[in-house]
Amino acid sequence: MITLADQLLVLVLLINFISLGTGRLIFAIRAVAVQGVILGILPGMIHSFSWHLVGITVVIIIVKGFIIPRLLGRAVHSAEIKREVEPFLGYVPTLLLGAIFTAFSFGFSGSLPMLPEHQNYMFVPASIATLMTGFLVLTTRRKAISQVIGYLILENGIFIFGLLLAGAMPVMVEAGALLDLLVGTFVMGIVMNQINREFSSLDTSLLTSLKEE
Amino acid sequence: MYSFLQGPVDPVLLVLDATLVMGCAGIPGLFLKRPGPGQVVAALCTICAALIGIPTVLQLLLSGTTATRSIAWSLPFGPCDLAIDPLSALFLIPVFLVTAAGSLFAVGYWPARQYRRSEPGLTLFFGTLGASMALLLMARNTVFFMMVWEVMALSAYFLIVTEHEREEVRRAGTIYLIATHCGSALLLLLFSLLAAQTGTFLLPPAGSLSALTPLAPLMALAGLIGFGAKAGIMPLHFWLPPAHANAPSHVSALMSGVMLKMGVYGIVRTASFFYDIPLVWGTILTIAGIISALLGISFALAQRDLKRLLACSSIENIGIISLGMGIALVGAASRIPELMYLGGAGALLHVLNHSLFKPLLFLGSGVIIHATGTRDMNLMGGLGKTMPRIGGLFLVGTVAICGIPPLNGFVSEFLLYLGFFSQLQGDNLIYLMAGAPVLALVGGLAAITFTKLYSSVFLGTPRSPGGGVHRGGELQMGVPMLLCAFLCLVIGVVPQMALSLVSPAVMTLFPRLPLLPLSAEYGAILEKLSLAGVLLLTMALVVTVIWKWRLGREPVTAAPTWGCGYQRGTSRMQYGGTSFSELAISIGNGVVRQRIERPLLAGLFPERSRCSDTPTETLLDAIIAPFFQAAGMSFAFLRRLQNGLMHIYVLYIFATLFILMLWAH
Repeated sequence: MITLADQLLVLVLLINFISLGTGRLIFAIRAVAVQGVILGILPGMIHSFSWHLVGITVVIIIVKGFIIPRLLGRAVHSAEIKREVEPFLGYVPTLLLGAIFTAFSFGFSGSLPMLPEHQNYMFVPASIATLMTGFLVLTTRRKAISQVIGYLILENGIFIFGLLLAGAMPVMVEAGALLDLLVGTFVMGIVMNQINREFSSLDTSLLTSLKEE
Repeated sequence: MYSFLQGPVDPVLLVLDATLVMGCAGIPGLFLKRPGPGQVVAALCTICAALIGIPTVLQLLLSGTTATRSIAWSLPFGPCDLAIDPLSALFLIPVFLVTAAGSLFAVGYWPARQYRRSEPGLTLFFGTLGASMALLLMARNTVFFMMVWEVMALSAYFLIVTEHEREEVRRAGTIYLIATHCGSALLLLLFSLLAAQTGTFLLPPAGSLSALTPLAPLMALAGLIGFGAKAGIMPLHFWLPPAHANAPSHVSALMSGVMLKMGVYGIVRTASFFYDIPLVWGTILTIAGIISALLGISFALAQRDLKRLLACSSIENIGIISLGMGIALVGAASRIPELMYLGGAGALLHVLNHSLFKPLLFLGSGVIIHATGTRDMNLMGGLGKTMPRIGGLFLVGTVAICGIPPLNGFVSEFLLYLGFFSQLQGDNLIYLMAGAPVLALVGGLAAITFTKLYSSVFLGTPRSPGGGVHRGGELQMGVPMLLCAFLCLVIGVVPQMALSLVSPAVMTLFPRLPLLPLSAEYGAILEKLSLAGVLLLTMALVVTVIWKWRLGREPVTAAPTWGCGYQRGTSRMQYGGTSFSELAISIGNGVVRQRIERPLLAGLFPERSRCSDTPTETLLDAIIAPFFQAAGMSFAFLRRLQNGLMHIYVLYIFATLFILMLWAH
């Protein structure tokens, strides 16, 4: 089972690269949805069966795999933007940076003082790499929708880290984290709507005009 | 303390409850749609809190005991201890008293119906300011202390900028915010050094640290500057006049009467940590006190804005308080119990006194501004005829603040004089004698200042049309003033009682010396003073009765003041405030400036022209503002960090995270 979990984590890492390398927003949203579904399956791989676990898995898959992509898809549709034109940093440099950060996170987690039962998993490096990918997307992309995608990837990274603790985590905390994500996406949806209405564009760099002089 | 139901009740818990009630008093008003009830509820809550808090605190103070309680919190800074020792208890009295008086005053002065938008916030922050100060006095954990200190600072900021539509108010608020945070920065330094020295985040008990360690002078300096910025000791006073002048009057009353004293409390508390205080500490505090007192009252003399004048006089009073604390520390350094007792008791009694007469005057100024619609004393006049009761109460405040018997201001200054003269027969501190003429000079200048204030506001004839119209709310505004005036009189007439309140606090301050016999000795002296006060009051009463009787017998004709029988006299022909104080200011020229622009008069019938005067803010304009401008210029490159690009902000977070990871690696 461990190897299967690790293979799924490799898939997660690959999806990180997809979202870094693509300019098509719909494609990136779908990639992140797939990532969410994989993350939903993962707890079942490493922990023993319980109804609690089933509940979490189902809710995560529904929220991350269907509801959020649906919301984002609608936003893309209504804003009528298909691609991230002109990111701050091109796709190839971001991909390279992503590779460097992934390598770094493997190196870094190797030196962390971890419990022996966690040592063999890829959870920690995958978590840090995903987190950094999220940061990369957040910093290099211009459109508000890409920002939401970056935020989702970031959240996924945190979630992977949380998997190590999933057995000890009470339902309320997990439900809270999921609710947090959902509300975050909603709020960002509203923000996007407002940006779109105010500037007739979803370019967040236009927000500089709100800066206090 | 006993309750009827459960037996003994922890006094700290009782005071804490009262504090919470006070702090939350403004919350119901936020949710009520109709303006008015929220404000009344807040006033009632605050008065109830004071009715619970003051008796408890008085009982603790008179018994001279310390009550402690630890609150469970999950922060990693050690236990959150609360304690009320006599020193805290003494400072707690004005907190409860003035907050309650101010919140009642607000109902008449800042009616919710008239100020629908600003009233809820004002009421809320007024309560939080009072509550944060009460918590501050109880806090024994430095981290908790800093938290409530910040709550206090921010509540005061929001209160100052109540009328933020006006540019002047916003400027005053910003200056205050900068001053208070510079002070907070030094307090952080002080508390970190303390934690390094003692190993815990708790405030050390009185007399537990040595002042001869290398860190001690640094701690003392950080404490003096950090707390001094809040107290308004010169040259850290610059935020005080604009902030007090631009806040609503009951807020100025609370800030001047109580919030400045939190700075004094801090200085006193910091000094109490050390047992072998060197002479130089006391000397520095004494000199700072003398400078603040002299310059403060000189600045006050030059003002034409009523509330600015009162604010400058607060600087003077803080100066007198630090002068007293300074000589107490000098006494501690030279091991002279009389000096320690007289200085400490004089200073702490003046804290109590100033927190009675200054709110009285500020509340009175609120009523005056309410009636005349201006703060410029040169546009007022004749209010004594339209509102004689307020005029009478205000007179009590002015007499008290000038230190004239039989009111309370005299008592604390009397103790300080006794302190100065006590070293006449001493060997090495004879130069302390020089303090007496300085204090006398301050008193004289205060008398000129407040004569100017009272005469230009209440005497004569109105200088501007439409002045002196009372706009309702007299009862709510009059009762708090009456209470303050009454307490001023009580302390003035029975000073030995006030001394018995202050003595336990002085003893907590210097726990290593037997001060009890001194307390009895000076109590007896003050009893004689009390007799003199009663005599003086009786004489005043007799003279008044005779005067009224004579007035009743003869026919009375009313004529304008300064009329002198001249038929066409106008109100502009009377002495104004500026003309009254011009001579006194011209003597102190250089230190205090009053820019008077007067026309050159030539010929027999000069044309109509203008004459105006503006007191100049030397320190703020000449030193501090250029300093901040230079700082702003040299750190301009830092502003580029805030470029408004969201991505770059995320990048900052990312970079920080990355660096931390590498560092941990």
